[in-house]
Amino acid sequence: MKAQVNGTPRDLADGTSVAAVVSLVGAPDKGVAVALDGAVVPRALWEKTIVPDGGVVEVLTAVQGG
Amino acid sequence: MDDPLIIAGREFRSRLVTGTGGAANLSVLERALVASGTELTTVAMRRVDAAGQTGVLELLRRLGIEVLPNTAGCRTSAEAVLTAQLAREALETNWVKLEVVHDEETLLPDPVELLDAAERLVDDGFVVLPYTSDDPVLARKLEDVGCATVMPLGSPIGTGLGIRNPHNIELITSRASVPVVLDAGIGTASDAALAMELGCSAVLLATAVTRAQDPERMGAAMRCAVEGGRLARLAGRIPQRFWAQASSPGL
Repeated sequence: MKAQVNGTPRDLADGTSVAAVVSLVGAPDKGVAVALDGAVVPRALWEKTIVPDGGVVEVLTAVQGG
Repeated sequence: MDDPLIIAGREFRSRLVTGTGGAANLSVLERALVASGTELTTVAMRRVDAAGQTGVLELLRRLGIEVLPNTAGCRTSAEAVLTAQLAREALETNWVKLEVVHDEETLLPDPVELLDAAERLVDDGFVVLPYTSDDPVLARKLEDVGCATVMPLGSPIGTGLGIRNPHNIELITSRASVPVVLDAGIGTASDAALAMELGCSAVLLATAVTRAQDPERMGAAMRCAVEGGRLARLAGRIPQRFWAQASSPGL
């Protein structure tokens, strides 16, 4: 199935979890948050939450700014 | 003299809030932050694969500096609300520096989107520190919806043009019942001192320090400027006069 991860189209296996996508993009262990289709997915739900076909996933972290 | 800055019930000894953007590297940033004496510092939220720089959070934690996530880059209320919620999840803080800018050329706040986002975030339990224009009416409205501070610009972000409308800043500080933080436009130490003399409770700056020729020394300069300006404000300046007035007795 297809999903968009941080703005890039990706082919993901059916049943891919948000947690798997977080590792896929190489996110650090701490200071990371995920939105799926415009809503925050709390860290405690990353394993259980499956990315749907056509899902839009954003994986964010803190950087220097402001 | 005990004179803490209090935002949403939290006390800070330093009245200088800094950003982390623009520093050549983390080592330069660290020296500048330490010299500035700041206790509260902003970070931005970005996609992991575009982040490029990491380690800023570890640096702030090691220095014992509170992290203040911002919503830089957001152009609509909806974007800013989601970014704030992501920052809360990632950084475990409900504090947010709310930025909703209208366009890339001026980076001026979009007042309509800003006020909407502020109201939504306050309703969602955030401590909201909004970056706003120097409009006294908008500042009042942001306070009315429950913002913890108002943070008017002195001039556009990164310009170093200082405080272009001191009277507006004074109008804002004279009526606000939350701390007023002069945010954006500071170029050098005298700008920061002026902000405090106009009644601001704190100054937020980044570029003026991080892009100075010697960021560490400018960090120290800003610390002194904010302290000096605050003392002058509390001391009460003399009125300005048209004609000279001798300070020595007549013969």
